[in-house]
This record gives sequence, structure tokens and C-alpha cells, in this order.
Amino acid sequence: MSAEAVVLQIKNLEFHYDKPLLEIVDFEAFRGESVGVLGPSGCGKTTFMHLVAGLLRPARGKIRVAGTDITRLSEGQVDRIRGSNIGIVFQRLHLVPSLSVIDNLLLAQRLARTPIDRGYAMDLLGQLGIPDLANRKPHQLSQGQAQRVAIARSVAHRPVLLVADEPTSALDDENAGDAIKVLRELTTSTEAALIVVTHDERVRGHLDRVLNLGGAQ
Amino acid sequence: MSLFRLALANLGSSPLSSLVNVLLLALGTASIAILLLASAQLSSTLSRNAAGIDLVIGAKGSPLQLVLAGVYHADVPPGNIPATEVDRWQEHPSVGAAIPLSLGDSFRGYRIVGTVPEFADLYQAKILQGGFWDDPFEAVIGSRVIQTTGLKVGDTLAGVHGLAEDGDTHEDSTYQVVGTFAPTDSVLDSLIVTSTESVWLMHAGHDHHDHEEGHDHEEEHAHEEHEHEHDHDHESHEEDPQHGDEITLLLIQLSSPLGALTLPREINAETGLQAASPAYEITRLLQIVGVGLNWLNAFAVVLVISAALSIFAALYASLRARRHDLAVLRCLGATRGELFYLLFVEGLLLTIAGIIVGLILAHGGVELLGQWLGDGQGIVISGWAWANGEFALVAGLLLTGSVTAMIPAWQAYSTDVARTLTAP
Repeated sequence: MSAEAVVLQIKNLEFHYDKPLLEIVDFEAFRGESVGVLGPSGCGKTTFMHLVAGLLRPARGKIRVAGTDITRLSEGQVDRIRGSNIGIVFQRLHLVPSLSVIDNLLLAQRLARTPIDRGYAMDLLGQLGIPDLANRKPHQLSQGQAQRVAIARSVAHRPVLLVADEPTSALDDENAGDAIKVLRELTTSTEAALIVVTHDERVRGHLDRVLNLGGAQ
Repeated sequence: MSLFRLALANLGSSPLSSLVNVLLLALGTASIAILLLASAQLSSTLSRNAAGIDLVIGAKGSPLQLVLAGVYHADVPPGNIPATEVDRWQEHPSVGAAIPLSLGDSFRGYRIVGTVPEFADLYQAKILQGGFWDDPFEAVIGSRVIQTTGLKVGDTLAGVHGLAEDGDTHEDSTYQVVGTFAPTDSVLDSLIVTSTESVWLMHAGHDHHDHEEGHDHEEEHAHEEHEHEHDHDHESHEEDPQHGDEITLLLIQLSSPLGALTLPREINAETGLQAASPAYEITRLLQIVGVGLNWLNAFAVVLVISAALSIFAALYASLRARRHDLAVLRCLGATRGELFYLLFVEGLLLTIAGIIVGLILAHGGVELLGQWLGDGQGIVISGWAWANGEFALVAGLLLTGSVTAMIPAWQAYSTDVARTLTAP
């Protein structure tokens, strides 16, 4: 893999609250690749996600997102790097309730400071099979529909890295497989790296590789 | 999709809460603005109507009543004085001009004033059509009388005894309109002005009629008041055929400022009359009313503070309910400053909406009040005016709203995203 293909690079990472919580010596994720970050509760999966997104600062080590070491940047600079390069799918979705589906996607583009592209946002809804939901409010959606909207929002600004937090935890086997498939299709088509942070062992078979926290890679 | 639109959408997503907050602030704003507008215009109207009149000389009684009756035509006079007083005070060295007024009748609520043409000069009034009277029972009417009654030059009108529209009508003697005044924005607009002789002639017959029938008028009439208050005068009227040669009061313009000190003392101490200063009496009235206005102002301020607290509570509750959503906005790329802006704009929009609705309510209410009061009361109050204090009011409200919005906005600014996202 070329250096340009490396989307996320982690070196000698250490993070601790009262005691060491997370240590990662060397980790890379590439464009178009899907990686699972698995482990039991309390192993630091959510902390890993927050570190990658620049919401927490490590005690030691480097985290490069699209070639930029975000551990050395100011908070405002990290906000901009996160906004333009990273998409996040939250476990609890967190769509903005006062906005329509399409406006949720356009807001993500606005906050990422990328040009507003309504056509691309509509294409995404089309790819996810929900173009007719564009003008609905989040409270008018089913759980499955809302999750698809959250996925569409996470890639609306064309990020190079997509991080999904427990995207399958509330889904049955069939829907869990569908959700991962949708995420993979979207990241493949946009050449983004996909990192799925989960304790759900069912996703293991759907991803290119897995990073086990609290165990061997 | 701007953050401003997001702020509007957030407010629109809880319409009841937003509406209550806007209305609460609007009521506080309207209360203060109404007080500012009404007191400023009332004060201005009172000053304008008193312009040029230094003293009012009339029968003994309440000086405020004398001023209200003689200058503002808003009360009944305390009684009558002999017509000979006109010459006596006109010749006084401290007096520049003495203008007699004879009051008592009205037409559709508008007072009929017997006087001399110089009365119109007090208000810098110009004749719009026709001219002043040449003979008795000819009258010149003010612009508001024209507007509301439709009277024009050449028409006739029959005055009624007192101020009520259903009082005894002087059917046997009618006035002919021979002129109209241009608008003066003063009490003159609501008056029907005629010669003193007209009023004397009208009541010479009317008093005779009263005495014959023993009729007791409900409406206050200057002549009749005098009779009720002074029974001995009533007896002397029957013996004195000249009793009609009375006037109600004299409006005095002083020849020098020194007269303001000496003349009232001279009149009050050495004659059976009283002299009242419009400036002094109105200042006294406004001081009495001012105490009430201060209480109303304090109440309105309490309303505004309640509204500000309510907006603060609404924003704070909204912040707590949306803390996860705000953290997600940070994850989507929003900076701390943008979250501050979002909450601040929401608070400010509520404040601005409250101020606008409040000002509309205040000005609309004052306009309605002005139209109601202006109908014959001689008080000109309009909602199409802007009181100086309103600038300070709007600035103060914006400042209050800004400070109120800044607290939850700062909380949003300080959101710990990682901790908020992992919190239950």
C-alpha cells in the first residue's frame, strides 16, 4: 500500500485515566479497507473511537488522520480535521430532531465546511433505498430508516475515514449483516476506510480484518 | 443549511414553549412601552394645550379643577365670576391679555366655548374656511369636530345643556357654523367656539326656563353649579336681570415674569376669586399620577425580568435535553464557537420576537386608546409616535436577552464531547 492510501496511522499510543486503559503500538487503516475494533465492555473501544476522532488526547503517541498528526493540533484545528475527514455513525444515531432528513445531511456538509451538494446528498439517500424520506423529520422514521439516514449523514461530506460505533447492537442477524454491507458499499464507492467499533462478534466475518482490544490483533 | 436556520428550526420544534416565552416578554415590553408612550404624549399634550396661558382666574374652589376646566376642557368649572372682572384684570399692569371663557353647553360631547377671537391665537390657530362670528349664535368649529360630526360652514347645531349627548337641547336657539379652524393638535380641535354674548343670550332664556319648571339638570353646568353651591346667588339672580352677564373664567397672559409671583397672591388674598397656574397644577397632577406610574413601571420591570428568567429556563432545559445532540454537532465538525452562536442566537431570536410583538401591542394599544380618548376629550395620544425612552427600553431588553442567552450558550461552548457522548 502507498503512503497516500493510509488514512489512519497510530503509533505508540497510550491513554489512561487512573490506570492505563489503552495501548496500541502500531495500527494503520487504508482507503477502501474495513476494520473491526472488537473487545469486551471496558476494554477501551469507545476511548479508541474518541481518540481517533480527536475528542480525547492521548498521554503518548501519534494519531495521523489523512497524514496530519492530530495530537499536535489545537482544538479548533482538530475540529476542522474531524469535520472534513472523519464521518461518525453513533450508536444512538443522534439525528437533529428539528431538521428534515435531507437537512440533516446538508448540515453535516455545512459543518464539515465542504460545498453544499444537495444532489450528492439525494444520491446517498437513493443508494440507501430511502430517497422518499428526504423531507421527513427523524421522529417520523423507523429505527432501521433512522439508522440508514445516520449512515448517509456520516458520509455526506465525503470523509476519508468512517467510524461506526456499535452499528449492529440493536439489530437482528439479517439487519446487522445488511447494515455492515451498506457501510462497506458506501466506503468502497467513496474509497474511505471503515472502522467498526463493536463488541458484536457477528460483524467479524463481514470485515477485512479485526483489531482486538485486550487481545491479539 | 446555516446555523441560523438550525436555530430557527430548533425554536420551531417547540412552538408552545417559544410562544409562551415570546408572549411573556412581549407583555413586559408592551407594559413599559405603553407607560413611556402615554406619559410622554400626555405630558407633551398638556404642555401644548397650556402654551401661552400663565394663569386661570375663576370662582373659588379647587385650583386643579379650574385649570382642567379652563385649559384642558376636561372637567366642570367650580363656578362663575362677574363679567366685569374682564375689564378689571385686563387693565392690571401685570396682565398682558385676559381672555374670557363662558362654558356650559356642548354638542355631541364637544364643548361650546363663549369667548373672543383672540382665544384662537393662544393655539396659533388659522381659519380654514369662512371666518369668525359677526353676530350672536355664530360659531367656528375645530378640526376634530369637523371630522367626527361632518359639520361644515353653513350648517346649524343645537347645543345641549352640560356635556352628555342626551342633555336638554336648546332647540329654540341654534348656532350656525360660520368658520372652521385648521388642525392645531391641541384642545382647540375639539371645541366649538362662539362669542361670549351667544352663551349669555342662550342661558338668559334657559335659566328662565329652568326656574319656571324647577328642572334639575344632571349634567354639570357652570351656571347651575354656581347656583347649587351658592344658594344666596340663586336668590339674587331672580332679583338681578343682569345675572347672565357672567363668565366662567379668565385665561391670563402675564406681561412680565414677575407677575407670576405677585398676581396669584394678590387675587387669592384680596378678592373673592382664585388664580391657578396651569404649569404648577399640572406638575402637581403629574406628580400624583407619577407615583402610580412608578408602581406600574416597577410591575412591568418585574414582568420583563420574569420573561428573561423564563427564556433562560427554557434555553437551559433545552440545552440539557439536547446535550447529546450538541456533542454530535461537535463531532460533525462544529466548533465550540459555533455551538455558542447557536444557543445565543436562539435566545436572541426569542428576545427580538418578544420586543417586536411587545412594541406592536404597545403602539397598537396606545393608538386605540388615543382614538378613544381623542374623541372630544382634548387629549391627543397616538400610537404612531416614538417615545425617547423606547430606545433605552429596546437596548435594555436586548442586553437582558443577550445576557440571559449567554449563560446556556456558554454551557454549550464548554460541552465536554467525549464525556457527554459516553454519559447515559
